[in-house]
Amino acid sequence: MSFELPKLPYAYDALEPHIDARTMEIHHSKHHAGYTNNLNAAIAGTDLDGKCIGEILASVSRQSAAIRNNGGGYYNHDLFWKLMSPNGGGEPTGELQKAINDTFGGFEQFKDKFSKAAATRFGSGWAWLVKLSDGSLKICSTPNQDNPLMDDAEVKGTPILGLDVWEHAYYLKFQNRRPDYISEFFEVINWEEALKRFQD
Amino acid sequence: MKHELPKLPYALNALEPLISQRTLEFHYGKHHQAYVNNLNNLIEGTSFENADLVDIILKSDGGIFNNAAQVFNHTFYFMALKPRGGGKPRNKLYDALVYTFGTFEKFKEEFSKAGATLFGSGWVWLVADANNKLSIVKTSNAANPLCDNLTPIMTLDVWEHAYYLDTQNARPKYIENFWELIDWELIETRFENL
Repeated sequence: MSFELPKLPYAYDALEPHIDARTMEIHHSKHHAGYTNNLNAAIAGTDLDGKCIGEILASVSRQSAAIRNNGGGYYNHDLFWKLMSPNGGGEPTGELQKAINDTFGGFEQFKDKFSKAAATRFGSGWAWLVKLSDGSLKICSTPNQDNPLMDDAEVKGTPILGLDVWEHAYYLKFQNRRPDYISEFFEVINWEEALKRFQD
Repeated sequence: MKHELPKLPYALNALEPLISQRTLEFHYGKHHQAYVNNLNNLIEGTSFENADLVDIILKSDGGIFNNAAQVFNHTFYFMALKPRGGGKPRNKLYDALVYTFGTFEKFKEEFSKAGATLFGSGWVWLVADANNKLSIVKTSNAANPLCDNLTPIMTLDVWEHAYYLDTQNARPKYIENFWELIDWELIETRFENL
């Protein structure tokens, strides 16, 4: 069994003007496709062949760099696409709203803290809102394609939100202005999907 | 000591079409400049305030290290590019490359492969050790071989900002273009001054 490049749940131009169609197309059809193909090549003929991505990520500390990097890249991008929507933006609702308010003191405080984690990640990586095993929320960032599902992650848990801050995620539209990209991300966040992940 | 953005020995459009003016406007005018500005702001009032750049790289960590090393790395990269560069090095450097890698083409191949396979943001370096022995190393993010007692001879920036406006995900294409812009004379001088 091999992994397949997941279809985007919307058209390449659906997140305009916040995220441009050209970025989405290259990001999905080249970068995400590359991680998917490289992951398949890396697990072919190993005992990971046929395992689900969660299992693979939970054992990366014992795997090759190719499996870590491409397994992370495959998973992270799939999650990222689902966490955005042309009807996104606004604020979280329900239990997630309550948890964010309780943890960070309010949505604006959460937004500031998450944006700062994303803006200050040096080099390539991701910013995360993570649900820890005790149910509490935490903001963190990881280098490259690492994520909170990896067994050797500093902050381990379920990703509720993930923001790609590799330069390929924003350079065509925002160039060196990563903070502008981060604030546009907030205009397209699919909070329904985030809530679903929080409740699972 | 206030660190300054070095003047480039060529115009921002001089590397066209291999590296676009737009890329250099951001890469040099925004990224390199920001590292210089951040460094100056961060060292103000610290023990690094009057230190030279290499000293800061060797002794600092965190934000000061990242910005100091990125100032060094970008200067080292930009200064060794020129319009109508490329070709091969001559003299001692050529001999040393052939001695180490077998042929110049093999060196080029290994260096390009290191650039294409570095995961994430970083730099590829040709370095010399204390016995002037050459090797190729990759470093992540801002990391610099000086910290491993290796002397940089040449470098290639493979942060996505170095090429994304020109070649997007096709990093190997950018690396191919890089070979056409190398100022070998300058790099020979670096090697001969070891």
